[in-house]
Amino acid sequence: MTHSTHFDRPARLLHWSMALLILAMLFIGVAMVTSLADYGTLVALHRPLGLLILLLAVLRLANRWHRPPPPLPADLPPWQRRAAHASHVALYGLMLAMPLIGWAMLSAARIPVVVVGPLVLPPILPQSPMLYARLRELHTVLAYGLFSLILAHLGAALLHGLIRQDGVLSSMAPWRSRRSVGNS
Amino acid sequence: MTLLHRLTGAPPGMSPRALMLRVSAIGALLAGTAGAFAAAGGWLSPGALTPARIVDRFEQVNGPHPGFRRNHAKGLCVAGAFAGNGAGVALSKSGVFAAGRVTPVEGRVALAGGQPYAADAGTTVRSLALRFRLPDREEWRTGLNALPVFPVRTPEAFYEQLLAAKPDPATGRPDPERMKAFFAAHPESAKAASLIKARTITAGFADSTFRSLNAFRFVAADGRATPVRWAFVPERPAVQEAAAQAARKDKNNLFDDLIAQLRQGPLRWHLVVMIGRAGDATADATLPWPSDRESVDVGTLTLSDATPEEAGNCRDVNFDPLVLPDGIAPSDDPLLSARSAAYARSFTRRAGEETSPSAVAATADRGDAL
Repeated sequence: MTHSTHFDRPARLLHWSMALLILAMLFIGVAMVTSLADYGTLVALHRPLGLLILLLAVLRLANRWHRPPPPLPADLPPWQRRAAHASHVALYGLMLAMPLIGWAMLSAARIPVVVVGPLVLPPILPQSPMLYARLRELHTVLAYGLFSLILAHLGAALLHGLIRQDGVLSSMAPWRSRRSVGNS
Repeated sequence: MTLLHRLTGAPPGMSPRALMLRVSAIGALLAGTAGAFAAAGGWLSPGALTPARIVDRFEQVNGPHPGFRRNHAKGLCVAGAFAGNGAGVALSKSGVFAAGRVTPVEGRVALAGGQPYAADAGTTVRSLALRFRLPDREEWRTGLNALPVFPVRTPEAFYEQLLAAKPDPATGRPDPERMKAFFAAHPESAKAASLIKARTITAGFADSTFRSLNAFRFVAADGRATPVRWAFVPERPAVQEAAAQAARKDKNNLFDDLIAQLRQGPLRWHLVVMIGRAGDATADATLPWPSDRESVDVGTLTLSDATPEEAGNCRDVNFDPLVLPDGIAPSDDPLLSARSAAYARSFTRRAGEETSPSAVAATADRGDAL
């Protein structure tokens, strides 16, 4: 079996749409908790976006299962290979965990998880204010963790693309480079 | 090959200058993204008013009362049902207004202020918070006050007023100079204060009219939105607070009375929706709407039970005014979003704290023994 040098089209589409959604979500989240004037509007956006990200993350994991990603360059130092692997596990973990924790904490607080219009998600935890307080804290800590990971991911991707020029960035590029068109 | 080449894995052909430039560009992009995140999170505007600072001020003014609401701290849980009469259907598509539809309601009567053990006083603002539980997990939560208008127009004014109205430890009353300065800076609050001062104070919770004060929008099935304010108007005729009653020594007399009245039978309020017209203030809760506005009685709230606050009942509910069913939407009133934000912060803090029994719980037990 030969490995493709590129992520397939669904993988790229999922990656870039989710990149946009997750970044937007982190900015909405961090703005929401200090905002008085826009709190209501931002919360009303935060919930459906979170659900959308959860659904897309499940789809993305399934796609990755069926179409394994292209291998990393053979000359990549082992520690970078390990860091790349670990950061991707953490990214996928947080993509799934953040919306689930959000849903769970609102469930524990018995705050209706309104998605849109009359659509309200069922609670997934029993009522417990203390559990809510813990999960609420965790939601914040993990959000900062996710933002830091995304920065590291972005930095590493640009390092691959602009400096190492080893094809890692172009493997996920939303456009198809001339080289890849020639390959396919 | 420079050290930077080895560290970054750059090809040997890349000039040190080009490499430096690229490393700097990546660094700048990351720093810019982190900076934008910090700006969105308010780190670059430390003077801005936030939900946390509003809750901090409540704690500063009232002292620490872990586990209690930071405002409306002293309260009692109530329960009952709302029966729609169909008159609201033309205004809002929410099923809660359908004729004959009975929606279970749990709620909380409370006294404004952050002192959970304060003695009841006639002049303390009475509140009623309700949680309507609609089918399919929809909810309508509404926090109401027995006031004609809200004392402030913006969250900033609310924050200033909290401090201005803080009782002076020497006199036990707000410093008149501070209040004067506050009213000078907020003439809309001065007008609201005179309306509030002139209100009729009734005998108790049972004959109080509780108002939304903030405007909302009712959205009909055809998408038409109507600006509204609502009030729960008691069936029991209002009795002006008697002087003798005002002098009662019982610390919890208002709550005791309500418990006793509910033992005798259910209490009813009519949900009266006032329909705003173009030009009526929806973003200024200090302004009353003209009294000739059309009002529609859309149903009856029946309260039949009172229970002391305890785990799992109204104590653990955040009566967030933006928890609304489809068919009721927020207006442009800046207080709505601010209330939602500050309630969330207060709820998060108290949810993580050890709780103490409510002052009203002890009263209910004593009532049983009589």
